[in-house]
Amino acid sequence: MPPAATQVSATRATASEAPATKAPQNPRVALFVTCLVDFFRPSVGFATLKLLEQAGCTVEVPRAQTCCGQPAYNSGDRADTKAIAAQVIRAFAGYDYVVVPSGSCAGMLRKHYPALFKDDPELAAQAEDLGARTHELVSFLADVLKVKAVAGAFAGTVTYHDSCSGLRELGIKQQPRRLLKTLDGLTLTEMAEPEVCCGFGGTFCVKYPDISNQMVDAKAADVEATGADLLLAGDLGCLLNMAGKLKRRGASVEVRHVAEVLAGLTEQPGIGEGVRDRQARPAAE
Amino acid sequence: MDSTSRSFKDNAKTALSDAQLRRALDNMKEGFIAKRAKAAAKLPEFEALRDQARDIKNHTLENLDAYLELYADKVEAAGGTVHWCATADEARAAVVEICRSVGAKTVTKGKSMIAEELALNEHLEANGLVPVETDLGEYIIQLRGEPPSHIIAPAIHLNKEQVASDFRARHTEFPAERQLEEPQQLVAEARAVLRQKYLDADVGITGANFLVAETGSSIIVTNEGNGDLTQSLPKVHIVVASIEKVVPTLEDASAILRVLARSATGQEFSTYTTLSTGPKRPEDPDGPEQYHVILLDNGRSQMLGSEFQDMLRCIRCGACMNHCPVYHSVGGHAYGWVYPGPMGAVLTPSLIGVEEAGHLPNASTFCGRCEAVCPMRIPLPKMMRHWREREFERHLAPPAVRAGLVMWVFFAKRPELYRFATGLKAMVLGALGRQRGRFAWMPLGRGWTAHRDLPVPEGRTFMELYDERQRAPVRDGIVRALRRGPETERRDAAGERDAA
Repeated sequence: MPPAATQVSATRATASEAPATKAPQNPRVALFVTCLVDFFRPSVGFATLKLLEQAGCTVEVPRAQTCCGQPAYNSGDRADTKAIAAQVIRAFAGYDYVVVPSGSCAGMLRKHYPALFKDDPELAAQAEDLGARTHELVSFLADVLKVKAVAGAFAGTVTYHDSCSGLRELGIKQQPRRLLKTLDGLTLTEMAEPEVCCGFGGTFCVKYPDISNQMVDAKAADVEATGADLLLAGDLGCLLNMAGKLKRRGASVEVRHVAEVLAGLTEQPGIGEGVRDRQARPAAE
Repeated sequence: MDSTSRSFKDNAKTALSDAQLRRALDNMKEGFIAKRAKAAAKLPEFEALRDQARDIKNHTLENLDAYLELYADKVEAAGGTVHWCATADEARAAVVEICRSVGAKTVTKGKSMIAEELALNEHLEANGLVPVETDLGEYIIQLRGEPPSHIIAPAIHLNKEQVASDFRARHTEFPAERQLEEPQQLVAEARAVLRQKYLDADVGITGANFLVAETGSSIIVTNEGNGDLTQSLPKVHIVVASIEKVVPTLEDASAILRVLARSATGQEFSTYTTLSTGPKRPEDPDGPEQYHVILLDNGRSQMLGSEFQDMLRCIRCGACMNHCPVYHSVGGHAYGWVYPGPMGAVLTPSLIGVEEAGHLPNASTFCGRCEAVCPMRIPLPKMMRHWREREFERHLAPPAVRAGLVMWVFFAKRPELYRFATGLKAMVLGALGRQRGRFAWMPLGRGWTAHRDLPVPEGRTFMELYDERQRAPVRDGIVRALRRGPETERRDAAGERDAA
């Protein structure tokens, strides 16, 4: 994979294209980094920072963040989910926006927190307020800040997997594709079924490993059939799952979070790759 | 029907290693998904119709008692009899009693999932009756002694070679050397066998897609016309239907019919949409002499007013399972009871208990595709989560899963401790896996690593690296000051004064 990103800058839409509710000029944005990015791939966090700062945001990282609570929520543990959610609501109060490099976690804050606290006199309004201010990274850039293009380059063919929550809860489909296509040299090639779940599903992949395997195997075959050099998605859970399967199948396709490519931060090895793969790869043209 | 839902994991494992099933599921998936998408795209008001269909059912469920009573009155007024049955046992007994009262021997059956829920065939056989399924798919699986694997395509798990082989084994009245390679040949043979059964039958049993309160009619949709023959040729027609099938008016049924076939098979309408209202009237040239409705509750009234009420909007189109990646992986039989796929994952625990069917709502990634295509806009993932909550409250989840969750929650609620623990773990794993970039094996992580590698963390957490970055200017300032020492500081200050 030729890491060919150069100087990157974001262009903002002209005022005439701005939406009815205009974004503040230099919004104060809190980054919800997500537990998976924090632990597995901090590079995605820094790519997010870079993209937001380029777009004119002042970014802060509230320290009292751990996880959005989905592992508890999807395990039926409502009480602990609410405790964790309340912690997030407090930590992220007062910012213009909360931006998350994950459709799944953004969906949790946007859609599920308000539902969780619907009947809670103390937190209902705050949960609604946080939900309204929270955005997944790429949809924030494209839909809220009206970023039309990222100046930069990426020489290679990429394919994009639509992570389920981003696609179905938040309507993220064209935004990442539109921005990716503005990178010089990037060719986008679609899978036969980009919208089909990869089989990650949080705890699902370890609770039902055989079914999850069938799903990720089909996904990996679909990715390989595109002939793309690079697989991108907006959610690290799906990416870890797909990268793990592609590597196990011996596929050569590289796997990255979409933010890394948009920010031009692709020096570090792809997901599931080590120093060894990096050395073995042919040098960039 | 007896359930094997407890063994879902083993059922799934068996299904996953069945190459023939894999091919059948791949074929099914392609057909249903493309056809539904095309049908929905062709109808500009499809999304609005979904809203309308949802609202009709919501209104009906809010007033279910009134509409059921109205329906029953209309059935009686048309000369039919309604048998209110709280349980499967009561329903089975009622059917057998009707058959006995007319001295029935052979019973033809149209496709009915309620009959599956009642395990009606076994029960009729046990009472000396001969049930004959007339829907082709149902007929095939009856020959094989299997339950349906899909609610609208019961034999979708089979290929035509398997069917040909079943026909050869069972239809011994035909010449052994006959051709059965083409689907048309199979259909023709089934048709020839079934024609006589329709004429022989004493009782015809059908299900119902809708019960219409204003007229007391039941409506069935079929593509084979088998339902019409089943309900009009024998002298007794029994409709078996569950209470949530009722809609207020014919207009309402028509509205929902517009989304039903499109969601199910991608047809604008099924080939046959057949209404039946009471027995043959004096002026009618033909029709059944007796008309009975078995109105089954079997746990549904308990769902009213609960977080599972929305599930009662289901019209059994099968779109959720047609679009479900878990169903595509394991097929319908793995679910272990009558209703597979996402609608089964919600309905089955309601009807047979979450102790029995707890796996079903857990075996979902919450990908949301089922809800996205459900014509009745049933929030299936949300209700699967509600089942997980019920399980969690009752401590039904496996102890290991629960212990893991408790530990994770402990850290997730304590950000400082969480940062320390994740920082340490990322460092250790990062150092261990840096060269290869992935682990092929991980203690406690076999569920993951049995099938795929685990990508290695980069080695430092974002929070650590970000803290460092934030502290860097302060740190650099202090270091600069220390390097220069107090003397230099003073000289610098003096120099600045001089310059000024």
